[in-house]
Amino acid sequence: MRALGIILAGGNNNKMRELSNKRAIAAMPVAGSYRSIDFALSNMTNSRIQRVAVLTQYNARSLNEHLSSSKWWDFGRKQGGLYLFTPTVTASNSWWYRGTADAIYQNLDWLKRSHEPYVVIASGDGIYKLDYNKVLEYHIAKRADITVVCTEMAGDVTRYGCVKMNEDGRIEEFEEKPMVATTNTISTGIYVIRRRQLIELIERSAQEERFDFVKDILIRYKNLKRIYGYKMDTYWRNISTVESYYETNMDFLKKDVRDYFFKEGSKVMSVVDDLPPAKYNPGSNVRNSLVASGCIINGSVENSVLFKDVYVGNNCVIKNSIILNNVYLGDNTHIENCIVESRDTIRANSYYCGEDGVKIVIEENDRYPL
Amino acid sequence: MMKKEMIAMLLAGGQGSRLGVLTEKVAKPAVAFGGKYRIIDFPLSNCINSGVDTVGVLTQYQPLRLNTHIGIGIPWDLDRNVGGVTILSPYEKSGGAEWFAGTADAIYQNMAYMEQYDPDYVLILSGDHIYKMDYEVMLDYHKANKADLTIACMPVPIEEASRFGVMITDGNGRVTDFEEKPPKPRSNLANMGIYIFSWPVLKQAFEDMKGTPNLDFGFHILPYLRDHGSRMFAYEFNGYWKDVGTLGSYWEANMELIDIIPEFNLYEEFWKIYTKSDIIRPQYVGPNAVINRSLISEGCDIEGEVHNSVIGVNVTVEEGAVVRDSIIMGGTVIGKGCRIEKAIIAENVIVGQNVVMGEGPEAENVLKPKVYGFGLVTIGENSVIPDNVRIGKNTAIKAVTTAEDYPNGELPAGGAIVKEDGK
Repeated sequence: MRALGIILAGGNNNKMRELSNKRAIAAMPVAGSYRSIDFALSNMTNSRIQRVAVLTQYNARSLNEHLSSSKWWDFGRKQGGLYLFTPTVTASNSWWYRGTADAIYQNLDWLKRSHEPYVVIASGDGIYKLDYNKVLEYHIAKRADITVVCTEMAGDVTRYGCVKMNEDGRIEEFEEKPMVATTNTISTGIYVIRRRQLIELIERSAQEERFDFVKDILIRYKNLKRIYGYKMDTYWRNISTVESYYETNMDFLKKDVRDYFFKEGSKVMSVVDDLPPAKYNPGSNVRNSLVASGCIINGSVENSVLFKDVYVGNNCVIKNSIILNNVYLGDNTHIENCIVESRDTIRANSYYCGEDGVKIVIEENDRYPL
Repeated sequence: MMKKEMIAMLLAGGQGSRLGVLTEKVAKPAVAFGGKYRIIDFPLSNCINSGVDTVGVLTQYQPLRLNTHIGIGIPWDLDRNVGGVTILSPYEKSGGAEWFAGTADAIYQNMAYMEQYDPDYVLILSGDHIYKMDYEVMLDYHKANKADLTIACMPVPIEEASRFGVMITDGNGRVTDFEEKPPKPRSNLANMGIYIFSWPVLKQAFEDMKGTPNLDFGFHILPYLRDHGSRMFAYEFNGYWKDVGTLGSYWEANMELIDIIPEFNLYEEFWKIYTKSDIIRPQYVGPNAVINRSLISEGCDIEGEVHNSVIGVNVTVEEGAVVRDSIIMGGTVIGKGCRIEKAIIAENVIVGQNVVMGEGPEAENVLKPKVYGFGLVTIGENSVIPDNVRIGKNTAIKAVTTAEDYPNGELPAGGAIVKEDGK
């Protein structure tokens, strides 16, 4: 095998608001039946990368649960496997991961013990399909030290790393979360690098007490190392703000996005939950929506995404909303422009409407009052 | 090999010829049921939910789909270091090759498999019923009675009892006699074909009955045990149990799943039914779709109308199509403007545009009137139906058909188009 995989899934982000209270962003449910990290994991396995480490520290329980068996992505093999690295106290270290580079540094043994010549680094909050081998071929052809996968993003890009390349594709400018963006080319947080090169850079950064991969390696070494941009022109979204999370889910109501992810080319894999088919009872009226398995629907649903195991009561009206896993909506409930947190129980006759922007609904009522 | 207290032997070799074109290429236990499931998922899930983790599945008729579905048993957690699921197919012996010639013969030919586990009890199941049962409770009953054989029985209305094998019991549940499909039944306890044998008793019975042609549980083993005064007990089961042996009962059992609170509930957390499912993506319901009283599985694209139907995985119902009272299995496409009524359409069928099915008067089927009845249209897997044709009731199709196969654009009620190899 030519490459190892590292998925950075440690992050939390206050732009996720309450949604990240109970899980890491990489564990966010996406598109009805998936979790965010499924996309990176599926890309890894579809690119025939067999050894993958997931680095995580923030609120990792939900993520751990999702990754408790690696068979769903075809990793549980004698050659390779899925490794979940959370910070541990060791004789030489008692820190949490102080940054992305530090997270890799604390697991450097694993990198050193491996024999694959290259490493693909990805993050757990990107929604995309990509054959990493294509990036790797580009990386080799350009004789690059690091290749950064970039994409063009319309609109405000100040929450991304903004990149300017020369004609050959070499990155000349790299600004992380600039105040004012002067380009629409952004880094997707996907990198290809030679394993020995990565070990060397990470070790040197650690000696200098520098902990961030972007700031302390990409930007710092920009003029010293050959850092190239690989332009990706297919669908890519990052879900780490409430707005982008909402929009990305809503994108799946579009036929072209759905066909791209669900029907064309490589498959996105996830945990199989053994839920029965969705059940539409009299009174159900569903339009332009995604419905996952295990749902029971008695009311109206429009322009929405129902994740697994959602119960919609009689006379409910759900519009332009995302209802996460295992939510119970009591009768006559109205939900509009909302994200309803998983395992919520909404009492009958409730009314929630996001007036300006998306409202996050968290209701922890007893589902079965005594 | 590690000892197992009880192992299960699941008879899955039957053709199920009364399911017509549905079982042309697949054994009955592998026929789809309830959208995403297959019939064999029910006994297999019962096994693992009852703590029976060693299951031999006996196959014979068209085993490919069954083998692919079961694999090494991962979906049912039956991939075990010791035990787990094992597919047992007929094999050649030094004296010559023979098929499984009867239910008991199939088990007898696999003595070596059972002996590996040195079991105390052997559970015999068949792969063609829809039910949830805790075999462990049945085993407790067997042990409490110090029984040699326990037979699961279902009380049925006495007027229907003559369709079954019935057990006549004394006041304590001990079976004193039994009758196979009696014209005047003396009891309403129908044999469900689920047996727990004490292993030494079964072994002895096989030893003594060796050489009987077409060795069968109902016809040979039970009479043998009765005549030897063995302790046989009837275990009364009062839950949902459905034999889906005919197209009519198969259709009915599917339709019962869509009742608001179905008698057979797939949505209970307790006693889950497991199946092999490759498709995990959600279903998409289009802006003009109407779905009412239906079960719809993963990966479907519904743009048209679906009423009172059970839809399998990855099914497409195009715009303007109306599907009513039907069962549509995985991967099938229903073209624009179709009207489908009371049809059973198997996997990966392509139905063209503006096809009308299941309307008009009934007529007896020309091919197999006893199989294709109930007013149903039955279409076998991988069939193709061209645009703009009308298909009447009690019909069967298993072929890649073109407009030439339909004189006047019609397959009248009672008609059939079944071609060799589906061509």
